[in-house]
Amino acid sequence: MTETSAGSITETKKFNIDTVENAAKTPDVELPWAELGLKQNEFDEVVKVLGRRPTGAELAMYSVMWSEHCSYKSSKNHLRQFGDKVTEEMKKDMLVGIGENAGVTNLGDGWAVTFKIESHNSPSFVEPYQGAATGIGGIVRDIISMGARPVAVMDPLRFGAIDHPDTARVMHGAVAGIGGYGNSLGLPNIGGEMVFDSVYQGNPLVNALAVGVMRHEDIRLANASGKGNKVVLFGARTGGDGIGGASVLASESFDDTKPSKRPAVQVGDPFAEKVLIECCLELFKGSLVEGIQDLGAAGISCATSELASNGDGGMQVELTSVLLRDPTLTPGEILMSESQERMMAVVTPENIAAFEAVMDKWAVEYSWLGEVTDTGRLIITWEGEVIVDVDPRTVAHDGPVYDRPYARPEWQDAVQADSFTGSVQDAGRPSAPAELAAAITELVASPNMCDKSWITNQYDRYVGGNTAMAFPDDAGVVRVDEETGLGVALATDANGRYTYLDPYHGAQLALAEAYRNVATSGAVPMAVSDCLNFGSPEDPDVMWQLAEAIRGLSDACMVLGIPVTGGNVSLYNQTGTTPIHPSPVVAVLGKFDDVARRTPSGWKEDGQAIYLLGTTAAELDGSEWSNLRGHLGGLPPKVDLDSERALGEILINASRDGMVDSAHDLSEGGLAAALVESALRYGVGARIALQDVLDRDGVDLFTALFSETQGRAIVSVPRSEEIRFTDMCTARSFAHVRIGVVDAEGGTLEINGVEPMNLDALREAHEATLPKYFG
Amino acid sequence: MTELPLIGEAIAVAANPKLAGAKIGVVTFPGTLDDRDAVRAVRLAGATPVALWHADTTLGDVDAVVIPGGFSYGDYLRAGAISRFAPLMAKIIDAANSDARLPVLGICNGFQILTESHLLPGSMIKNDHLKFMCRDQVLRVENNTTAWTGDYAAGQEITVPLKNQDGQYIADEKTLDALEAEGRVVFRYVGFNPNGSRRDIAGIANAAGNVVGLMPHPEHAVEVGFGPESLDGVGGSDTDGLGFFTSVLNKIVGDNK
Repeated sequence: MTETSAGSITETKKFNIDTVENAAKTPDVELPWAELGLKQNEFDEVVKVLGRRPTGAELAMYSVMWSEHCSYKSSKNHLRQFGDKVTEEMKKDMLVGIGENAGVTNLGDGWAVTFKIESHNSPSFVEPYQGAATGIGGIVRDIISMGARPVAVMDPLRFGAIDHPDTARVMHGAVAGIGGYGNSLGLPNIGGEMVFDSVYQGNPLVNALAVGVMRHEDIRLANASGKGNKVVLFGARTGGDGIGGASVLASESFDDTKPSKRPAVQVGDPFAEKVLIECCLELFKGSLVEGIQDLGAAGISCATSELASNGDGGMQVELTSVLLRDPTLTPGEILMSESQERMMAVVTPENIAAFEAVMDKWAVEYSWLGEVTDTGRLIITWEGEVIVDVDPRTVAHDGPVYDRPYARPEWQDAVQADSFTGSVQDAGRPSAPAELAAAITELVASPNMCDKSWITNQYDRYVGGNTAMAFPDDAGVVRVDEETGLGVALATDANGRYTYLDPYHGAQLALAEAYRNVATSGAVPMAVSDCLNFGSPEDPDVMWQLAEAIRGLSDACMVLGIPVTGGNVSLYNQTGTTPIHPSPVVAVLGKFDDVARRTPSGWKEDGQAIYLLGTTAAELDGSEWSNLRGHLGGLPPKVDLDSERALGEILINASRDGMVDSAHDLSEGGLAAALVESALRYGVGARIALQDVLDRDGVDLFTALFSETQGRAIVSVPRSEEIRFTDMCTARSFAHVRIGVVDAEGGTLEINGVEPMNLDALREAHEATLPKYFG
Repeated sequence: MTELPLIGEAIAVAANPKLAGAKIGVVTFPGTLDDRDAVRAVRLAGATPVALWHADTTLGDVDAVVIPGGFSYGDYLRAGAISRFAPLMAKIIDAANSDARLPVLGICNGFQILTESHLLPGSMIKNDHLKFMCRDQVLRVENNTTAWTGDYAAGQEITVPLKNQDGQYIADEKTLDALEAEGRVVFRYVGFNPNGSRRDIAGIANAAGNVVGLMPHPEHAVEVGFGPESLDGVGGSDTDGLGFFTSVLNKIVGDNK
């Protein structure tokens, strides 16, 4: 017998099963659609689609699949631009685009890479450890579902004010959860972000990125094809955790009037996931599955309806065959449960024995639920009685789509008119040498610019043996092919303050920075994944921010020539009527022919020349410096994507031809932060003189150090390569100026006009901040 | 074209036929994580890696065994407490205690499995600071006469990554005194004790010196470009850990002369 004996739970459970037959006979039964998160018009639409009232089980399915989290009903109309604004050139390396579990990009030599970034924000506020842990688990299963071996993770984090008592709760829990889960999977954590801002106090952002690699022939898609093929559920058992996670938790705003939502958070078991990874890879290697889908948000509801609607259109499933952790679960709860570490696959009858052998080898539990049909209907039975009879497309794809009203907020003009320069907070701007040194020290010790090793030392960056670069360098770099050195680079970036000041350009700035980070490491940018964290789409101000950010991002992708291959939208990140800063987190993936060519961010060799690439304008609005002084207003730095592209080409060529030994991009904290970070990376200082920059760009020393003008980087160049390097910049008409030399002896960072800074003292200031607040 | 190797699959054969004749087994349990890394280290040292599965009932003809790191069975009980009962562990225990003295190296979770198996004394508890810690760690080689340390100089300091949650080595005072007296403390933490281990002990050996266990990960310091120097610029080199694997190879090849 194929169903294990433990799967038979019906004898212990007596429900009043709401069958399709019963629903047709009792049209007036009151159903709890509002409690499940559906709106009146949406419930009416379900009734119209079915031609009768839904059964309890059908209502459960529609409520989760039509939730904001699963259906993208508020963002869909805008997200189309990612698919529309794509040239043939951008498509040439895209093997699988938006819509599957994750996009797939061609790396050459028969290799492909898949990556995606997702949010797990609300669960991570309610229960930080499990919320963050299962965020890693979910994104990793998306990567496995594509047929890939996961090879690394990253985690961009945004928490409330560093000194708020609740921030420590979220920080300790989320970091331990990410480490506890990711470390146990054997996936190196190669980077991320850490931003503290009171706007995230009640709505921390815990985003997770995973990347995986595969041979072209191993790409798998989520579809159920071939009448008579068997449908199997394997991995962990289904329990009562995460019920309504997508519909209720992720699609509503928090307020104090409702009971705790703890039961809606899933609980992770990383050991089960690690075994699941190996077991799936063995299934792929033996070509034992026709289609595969991970169970994430909306659990079995999502997996069955998506597999069926993407395949031949029909599936028959017996729900009592699902293995349960809790035998008291109702059919609706089983359909909605978001228990982790589960996968659903479609297997031909000939492969059943081989499939079961793999399960037995890895001691993974499984149960055969039903089979693929050609009826165009998804039929779910309970002890043979039909409790769901739907067209799966109506569940998975034909959910409501809203053209939410949006308008430029009335306050936007006033915010943009309030420049930092000349503001009250700008009074007493540092200018004397001692003041500038103190300002630089204050900057690099500030919550957002300080050393993050308190976090990253809790993550394994070595496991797998293919990590060529990791945090705090500009991008994480992982080798894919051990023989050739072929590999990938990844960086994620967002700036909520910039995006608040100007959503269109703020989103572009996030993309520009991630692109620049990847190019700074020496990799060629190839693809984009985005996690759009915003407030409530029912607020026209927020909806405008979202619309503008998507428009800006898609326009910028066209200019940079790299497509969005997947991502996720997280809405309702607000407390009461106060939304977070709009925070589109953008991940860029790049390619190395040989990761040995990667460029680290720190100085090493004494006497190497340091060059500043790009020009500097007076752009302090939205900067880390203005943030430290408590100001947020004006316009973010100007976006110049052509210049970013030109800078990227210089950095990539310099890496490929061995012209630079280090490179570091200029972003938050400007030149001041970049110089200190390059010095502290390996404890090697420099002597810097910025007079040529001040003369050329017409800025003062403070502005040269703290402005956040985009399209800039610093590089260190061996003497032997200096002429070749400057000739390349000149030939490309790209601004470059020699600003100093690496000084491995002095143990100081000396900047003309700034009191010399001892590296040990800088390091102490840089590293003390997180331990001070978090122990 | 190389395939993406499944975990534990040994893909390449060493160039030196004499060394390549030496077979070093790498054990995979459910939840083992660093097995591919151990396989790579064996290969880079010049030997032929052999993938071993916890449920196997024979060791085959391997000349030495590495029990790699990870979270076998999730470490949900005590780390190593379940793996110690694997069928293959019975064979490893017998071979390690036999007259042939099969060389066995336990790294991190492998070390925990060796203490649970009573091949090595003492135990590991949670780090004193209660957090997972990943860092580059300086170790002093206190004993270069074991099967796994012959290529190091006595007193040599090496840098290898350390990454664990339950790395605090403990034993009763009598055991610790005996380990010290018999020269069985093989590695000691230098400069910083990352987990509160008694007497800064990072690794120990059995009395015969064929079984060695340590918490840090030498298999993550075997390749230029992917070790502590390249990732963190801590000085030293990327390949300080390779000596473990060349040591045992020299021993095997020497023994077989």
